Amino acid sequence: MNYDDAMASYDPVMGLEVHVELGTRTKMFCGCSTTLGAEPNSQTCPTCLGLPGSLPVVNAIGVESAIKIGLALNCEIAQWCRFARKNYFYPDMPKNFQTSQYDEPIAFNGYLDVQLEDGEIFRVQIERAHMEEDTGKSSHIGGATGRIHGASHSLLDYNRAGIPLIEIVTKPIEGAGVRAPEVAKAYVAELRELIKALGVSEARMDKGQMRCDVNLSLRPHGREKFGTRSETKNVNSLRSVERAARFEIMRHATVLDDGGTIVQETRHFHEEDGSTTAGRIKDNAEDYRYFPEPDLVPIAPALAWVEELRAALPELPRLRRARLQGEWGLSDQDMQSVLNAGAVQPILETIAAGAPADQARKWWMGELARRANESGTDLSEQPITPGQVARVCALVAEGKLNDKLARQVIEGVLAGQGEPDEVVAARGLAVVSDDSALGAAVDQAIADNPAIADKIRDGKVAAVGALVGAVMKTTRGQADAARVKDLILQKLGAA
Amino acid sequence: MPGITREEVAHLARLSRLELQAEELDHFAEQLDVIIGAVARVSEVAGLDVPPTSHPLPLTNVMRADEVRPSLTPEQALSGAPAAEEQRFRVPQILGED
Repeated sequence: MNYDDAMASYDPVMGLEVHVELGTRTKMFCGCSTTLGAEPNSQTCPTCLGLPGSLPVVNAIGVESAIKIGLALNCEIAQWCRFARKNYFYPDMPKNFQTSQYDEPIAFNGYLDVQLEDGEIFRVQIERAHMEEDTGKSSHIGGATGRIHGASHSLLDYNRAGIPLIEIVTKPIEGAGVRAPEVAKAYVAELRELIKALGVSEARMDKGQMRCDVNLSLRPHGREKFGTRSETKNVNSLRSVERAARFEIMRHATVLDDGGTIVQETRHFHEEDGSTTAGRIKDNAEDYRYFPEPDLVPIAPALAWVEELRAALPELPRLRRARLQGEWGLSDQDMQSVLNAGAVQPILETIAAGAPADQARKWWMGELARRANESGTDLSEQPITPGQVARVCALVAEGKLNDKLARQVIEGVLAGQGEPDEVVAARGLAVVSDDSALGAAVDQAIADNPAIADKIRDGKVAAVGALVGAVMKTTRGQADAARVKDLILQKLGAA
Repeated sequence: MPGITREEVAHLARLSRLELQAEELDHFAEQLDVIIGAVARVSEVAGLDVPPTSHPLPLTNVMRADEVRPSLTPEQALSGAPAAEEQRFRVPQILGED
């Protein structure tokens, strides 16, 4: 069966759960630092270790971030809500429960409009966004591939335990049809942009700051009742979100077509081949015995505070993109390339540093995008700053560099040879426009190309390009081409 | 008030990863029943106009500034651990998951 066959028979319904790790300095319920990469168990205290007698206190920025996210997702903000204990026995939480929210989320009933590749807007309804905390990190020892299966024991680092998380849950996403995988990817992409725009997290999926669970079920066309769903956990890149949804659609369709039934279970996603494999079967054993957290008092955000946060929301990423596309005068396709390359921010910063929009875009989408692509890195990770790119643009505008030399300067900066001006000085790259320096090269070019020189003398000025080219060659590209042209025309009496 | 059944105790024991013998299930069911019965008497005096509470004090919005405070040292953090390895808490094999 292929994807189209599957879609001819079934209608996919998805639910997406995204966890965002907030960029607060401290954990959600204690003052431990959240710095990444610290020594194991160096950022813990009695509260996040769940030691007897310790008491949690809520991080105000955690609550503020949750409200900002809720507002940006067009949610209602609870006037009063509580935390709840989600009880489970697993060593990733030393308390034996996760402090979360249950039936009183801080934000609920919202939506996010996402733009698909052809420009169509799809509205994803949001069920809720609630506050909770991250778990510790386990490593499984003695197994073949670091998996629990076959491990003799496990080691726990609780530095991450207690870092604030916001879990954002969609309502069932219906009506996406064949575009369900694309909608899933576009939703997570838009949500990530939104989170970044709000400044509440860097939302780096590769660093686990944003993680997605893809719940998916199929139902025959025309049936209202949802089919049994699978829950694919920890799908951690945009591409993987799309692949996981697609894989599950195909898997469900194949099982259902063979007259089989889908088991409600969690599934693991495999980056290597885009497949999923069965995990834990979700039976009645999943009973978290939620109850209101007695150690924390309710959160009742004042209306004035909520309105203050609402008024300070940044421009939504989708609207901002449309505005920039207009300002930069780009076609849909060119704007899409800029977005795909992750070039919006670098271009903006380069413009802010004084470069014209078309020049800024030219460098980031040309040399630098190619380099990023070749090395498989992000554009923003290239060892050059927008300020440095803007400086190169300025040198070109001042006539001190031409395009070819500018490219060499960019290369020099990327190679760690310093600021653009230092590279220019060190490599002697400045454009030569001094007549005495150019004179000899011009004379030589005329002497070497008598036939062309005659044409120009006869008034065929267009032929000058060949002589300019010859001068550029002998000066290794450093001559000021406009000045060279003038000099040639002068010498041949054609000016 | 409905009493707590032996099956409910067995379920809770499974969730809590506690291995209980058959006689212990009966024993705890009886004990828990008494405890829950005692607590349930509260609802006899609380009318419909008294909402359930989760906190004894009428406080809201107790929050702290997002300022780092000193953590324990890894040695202190691990000092109560039954076993440690590579500066991490060592726990026995985790079952029933993958």
